Amino acid sequence: MSNKSNRLTDLLGLATSTLIVIGLYMSFLYAPTEVNMGLVYRIFFFHLAAVAAGFLGIVVVAIAGIAYLRTSARAWDRIAEASAEIGVTFCFAALVAGSIWARPIWGVWWTWDPRLTSFLILLFIYIAYLLLRASARDDARVARFSAVFGIIGAVDVPLVIASARVWRGISPVLFQENAQGFTFGLTPEMVQTLAVSISAFVLLYFYLLIQRVRLEEIRDEIVAIRRQIATR
Amino acid sequence: MTFFSHIIAIIRKDLLAELRTIEISSAVIFFALIVLVIFNFAFELQVGSQEIQTLGPGVLWVAFAFSSMIGLGRSISAEKDKGSLEGLLLTPVDRGAIYLGKVASNFIFTSIMEAITLVAFVILFNPTSLSLAVIPYIILGTLGLSAIGVLLAAVAAGTLIREVMLPVLLFPVSIPLFSAGVNLTRNAFESRPFSDDAGSFGLLVAFDVIFLVVAFLLFEYVVEE
Repeated sequence: MSNKSNRLTDLLGLATSTLIVIGLYMSFLYAPTEVNMGLVYRIFFFHLAAVAAGFLGIVVVAIAGIAYLRTSARAWDRIAEASAEIGVTFCFAALVAGSIWARPIWGVWWTWDPRLTSFLILLFIYIAYLLLRASARDDARVARFSAVFGIIGAVDVPLVIASARVWRGISPVLFQENAQGFTFGLTPEMVQTLAVSISAFVLLYFYLLIQRVRLEEIRDEIVAIRRQIATR
Repeated sequence: MTFFSHIIAIIRKDLLAELRTIEISSAVIFFALIVLVIFNFAFELQVGSQEIQTLGPGVLWVAFAFSSMIGLGRSISAEKDKGSLEGLLLTPVDRGAIYLGKVASNFIFTSIMEAITLVAFVILFNPTSLSLAVIPYIILGTLGLSAIGVLLAAVAAGTLIREVMLPVLLFPVSIPLFSAGVNLTRNAFESRPFSDDAGSFGLLVAFDVIFLVVAFLLFEYVVEE
């Protein structure tokens, strides 16, 4: 890793932390309190930003998977692995934040609403992806298998969402769309805050991605050096 | 030989190998029956009761899902252990033909298991209004499950913990298939108009088509050594 790209990464890290601080300030002090939900709605700035970064991670897993199968370049596999880990972490954070929000607003931690159900299934698919990575025998095989499963998972996303919507046909609808926080009246300040928090988390995603990929590169280097020593 | 005669040859090989021993299918069918019996205890399903109408479709599909998963896992890992998959890959046969042949033979085995399970279900629980309309839904569900299952069983067979890995990979991905299958089966149980569940039917067909195509394209990356 050259000095120049190191400096760029540091710069990205600086930009990320600055945006996170600004986002925190805006979420807690700048954005006005929502009329119906009160202060608790503020967790949405964190929740939606985590959802955005998590989905970005999952999209990158599929793209890197396709690229790996076409090129067999180890670099794509490293990106897929790093992106899956970070994406799952963000999705899990989003799930926890959403649950904390749901408890005072809906009165329950969880409900089998289509949006939540499909989100949970998607999280399971990507946890399965990480389990697959942990259990395959050698590197080349891990890369191929996980690329295949990453593509399968991405193809499944629209089907999962459709099935959760169709399923609602028979299960009682507990919460209407307008009670889900997506259609409540957003003031311009709220929209700005949301934009800043989403950008902050997207930058954080890229920063973590670079660091995670670099860790894997260093690991590969160590393996190569060990092999050199062993053959001497 | 053409592409199609390759597929037929693989189906014939699988059927012959299974008919000689009936090793896997007998265990799978027995397992499906055990699942039905366990559900009887879990839900206190009284013969001909209202619970059968509401819970029956779910019970049936869980039995299908668990048993077909065992069959899928065995059919691929047995080939791997005996080294016959290597032999198959060495023949000048297109990977796509191997995939489709495996899907077809798994489809046949699973359908036989499901037919027997369905008959056992009717005998054991005597549902009051089970129409034959469930059959096309079960067939479509089985096709989709075989399509994605053969690919993921091949993936799982390459891991260190294949018995655990297959359900971990297969079930989250095939939730849309099961939810649509249960919806449609319940529709047939309750003799509701088909239009109520046209969405589920579309979903089932979409699942089959999408995963047949995607798995067909990806299979070669999974089996190459």
